[in-house]
Amino acid sequence: MTTFPGATGLVFNEPPLWEMGKPGRCAADLPRRDVERRQIDNAVAGDPPDFPELSEPEIVRHYTRLSQWNFGVDSGMYPLGSCTMKYNPKLHEKLAAFRGFAELHPLSPDSLSQGALKVMSELERLLAEITGMQAVSLQPAAGAQGELAGMLLIHAYHKKKCGRRTKIIIPDTAHGTNPASAALCGYEPIPVKSNENGILSPESIAEAMDDQTAGIMVTNPNTLGLFEEHIKQIAEIVHRKGGLVYCDGANMNAVMGIVRMGEIGVDVLHLNLHKTFSTPHGGGGPGAGPICVRKHLEPFLPVPRVVERKGSYALSSDFPDSIGKLHSFYGNFSIMVRAHAYILSMGADLKRVSELAVLNANYIKERLKGTLHLAYDRPCMHECVFSDKLQKKHKVTTLDMVKRLIDYGFHPPTVYFPLVVDGAIMIEPTETESKETIDAFIEAFKTVAVEAEQYPDQLRRAPGRTKVRRLDETSAARHPCLGG
Amino acid sequence: MRYLPHTDSDVAAMLAVIGVRSLEELFSPIPDDCRLRGPLTLPEPLNEWELEGYFELLSNTTAAAQGFSSFIGAGSYDHFIPESNRQLLSRSEFYTAYTPYQPEISQGTLQAIYEYQTLTARLMQMEVANASLYDGASSLAEALLMSIRITKKPTVAISRSIHPHYRRVAQTYFAPTGYSAIELPHLSDGRTDYSSLQQAGEVAAVVVQSPNFFGVIEDLDSAAEAARAHDALLIVSFTEPLAYGILKPPGKYGADIACGEGQSLGIPQSFGGPGLGIFASKMQYVRNMPGRLVGRAQDVEGRGGYVLTLATREQHIRRQKATSNICTNSSLCALAAAMYMATLGKTGFREMAQLNHDKAEYLKDRLREKGCELPFSGPTFNEFVVRFPNPGDYRRLLERKVLAGLPLDAYYPELKDHHLLCVTETKSRSDLDALAEEVGR
Repeated sequence: MTTFPGATGLVFNEPPLWEMGKPGRCAADLPRRDVERRQIDNAVAGDPPDFPELSEPEIVRHYTRLSQWNFGVDSGMYPLGSCTMKYNPKLHEKLAAFRGFAELHPLSPDSLSQGALKVMSELERLLAEITGMQAVSLQPAAGAQGELAGMLLIHAYHKKKCGRRTKIIIPDTAHGTNPASAALCGYEPIPVKSNENGILSPESIAEAMDDQTAGIMVTNPNTLGLFEEHIKQIAEIVHRKGGLVYCDGANMNAVMGIVRMGEIGVDVLHLNLHKTFSTPHGGGGPGAGPICVRKHLEPFLPVPRVVERKGSYALSSDFPDSIGKLHSFYGNFSIMVRAHAYILSMGADLKRVSELAVLNANYIKERLKGTLHLAYDRPCMHECVFSDKLQKKHKVTTLDMVKRLIDYGFHPPTVYFPLVVDGAIMIEPTETESKETIDAFIEAFKTVAVEAEQYPDQLRRAPGRTKVRRLDETSAARHPCLGG
Repeated sequence: MRYLPHTDSDVAAMLAVIGVRSLEELFSPIPDDCRLRGPLTLPEPLNEWELEGYFELLSNTTAAAQGFSSFIGAGSYDHFIPESNRQLLSRSEFYTAYTPYQPEISQGTLQAIYEYQTLTARLMQMEVANASLYDGASSLAEALLMSIRITKKPTVAISRSIHPHYRRVAQTYFAPTGYSAIELPHLSDGRTDYSSLQQAGEVAAVVVQSPNFFGVIEDLDSAAEAARAHDALLIVSFTEPLAYGILKPPGKYGADIACGEGQSLGIPQSFGGPGLGIFASKMQYVRNMPGRLVGRAQDVEGRGGYVLTLATREQHIRRQKATSNICTNSSLCALAAAMYMATLGKTGFREMAQLNHDKAEYLKDRLREKGCELPFSGPTFNEFVVRFPNPGDYRRLLERKVLAGLPLDAYYPELKDHHLLCVTETKSRSDLDALAEEVGR
């Protein structure tokens, strides 16, 4: 009998901050007052903010308790599909906190920012090598902003060629943010269906592609975890009609050292440093979403850019065709430090990362198929997609099963996405999970499937071991209470 | 490699289950002509000691490591961060979690963000704040787009005293849309001049930053009046939210949207990122808001908890009709900001703001005595514009390891030879005296 990691233990209740403390407490020391108090202009003076007043021990206990209600990668396996929740190396937190980085003002003169600029410049070159692209901008603050940057580049490119275009092709296996990013640029998303094998066929792209279409946004490997085998042919079709190929690189963890997107027809690609390059996700951010482009799109990259001359680095905005700025400064620098350190710690072994990520996913696919319905029975890349089809007869849903998985100590996979699979369960183990952990995860899922037959009610009530049980999201949205 | 747990026998056993002979064969679905032949050209892997040494070397070259005393603000501020905050924020249950899509095991993040929304709304005196956007600049851009969605008017009127980088980012977001922005100049006191609005025609929003880029506290009553007169929304931006510890905040002036940068609230400067996009509005506009929101909910047993809510505005549900494409935001920075606001508390936060103000006023006086010209007469918070009496002053200070503010000529050619100086609580009176001492020699 497998002992699963999930167990119950004592957790603490903790009220919101404003139900704690007392007037007169303060959890911070203030610097000594060494200048006289000066009255602020009455016309603009306000009241003190309505904040709670607490002592340092209260603050520490409050946040310690809150943290204990959270599940992180450090707590257990977190197989969220398309999110690449791999281990985040501890050393990198220390490097990003070095005083010379953490306390550096972004508008310090270039001559006094050399180390930071070098971190950026080198990271750009490393990412260009990994993706086979020619130029990189680290400015986008997250994947979706990287997508927006990509769309803006494509828009600027067509405008420069005096050919404004109105539409963009987005396959049903692309990431969820893609249509919204395209819409921000005024493009009408043209949906294209994947074929019976879960990938795009060149014919359907040829049919959708015309001279009003700016290009295609393709996720490769796609959200079914499948490599778009016809990508080169698709790129040719798009290019022949004057369009450009955007690749959502959120799934790059599958193909580092295996495929270089710049060599298979992709014109612009974004990466998620907080996925593939091991920077922590922070409970929802900050991340970083660099964009990598081929030569013909380089003039349009956001400014400022880091330029190197004879070993010294400077920021330059002297790029007249640039789309402009996307970030208050240069992007999420401290995330760049972590990603840079990750790449240097791996070197060419990054290929091993992708191999093991794909190994883990295929292993799960093989061992769970039969227990769960496998949407597309083909060799997968770094993630595999199942559904709740086999459990339907017990009136048990994807949601019921994954909530029960929590009781066994595993974070649920991504669910109900991609939309092409009804009741999708998208599992991405990443390379940092050991065989033992993966075996326990598989065992847990199999146990859940047995429970679906024998005790379906128990699943519908799951999870039972968490601090709170299932929450009523419908009434939360109907009567929103968004602050205390 | 210490992060990769697979032994050779693990790999062999797993390959056998899959039914392939080698790791290489796992990639058989990828056509040959898509495969990279040969290895990536990357440096030899560094071990833990080498990595630390390398990054230490790089970080040691910067102004921050070399003991420079910096008086630059301009959207990134040097404030003390309490050690309790640093340590709590490095609890990995917080920083190694994903977006809280599974509320039963994400209550820590969810309650913390709910508290963040509450405290920022209280600071701004706004009705609702979201869970954060990327940074001050993208918050402003999103606010402009939101005002256009609400009013269906394609033009905004934006103060030229808003951070130049923020205006540049807004321009980037506007470029493909056909929306336009007209710029409002400033008066001799450094505050925005609304008179040109008369000829502007219809505008979706009047947009102003306070304290503005020059550090000058804007007359938001006039801004509100101008917005009302044009049936436009009032958007108030900011780069230094600590100011609202002593200033009347945007909500008190009837702002429809308040948006800006929260880096000041316990987040390291980190060469400009990550920051924290603070975004708040009136409740009536909540369904038009970009970004995530956390709301209260009850579980099946009637216990209180928190969930992500009103997701029908968001990209993963609404697709191309979403209010924004933002997904990953600045959650951990929002947590840091909430922690900072709670750690200082009502009185501490006010006193911290007062101290910033007072130290800046002290330096202003000293510089005036030294013959500096302060071009703007409006009240300021912890930043102000000066013109040093001698053109060589800035350079001489730099040689003494003092960064005497930000030269403004690149941003405002008419302010050639002017510098924007910032004084926070981290500067002692003797630091201020030392700067003043060098001026005008």
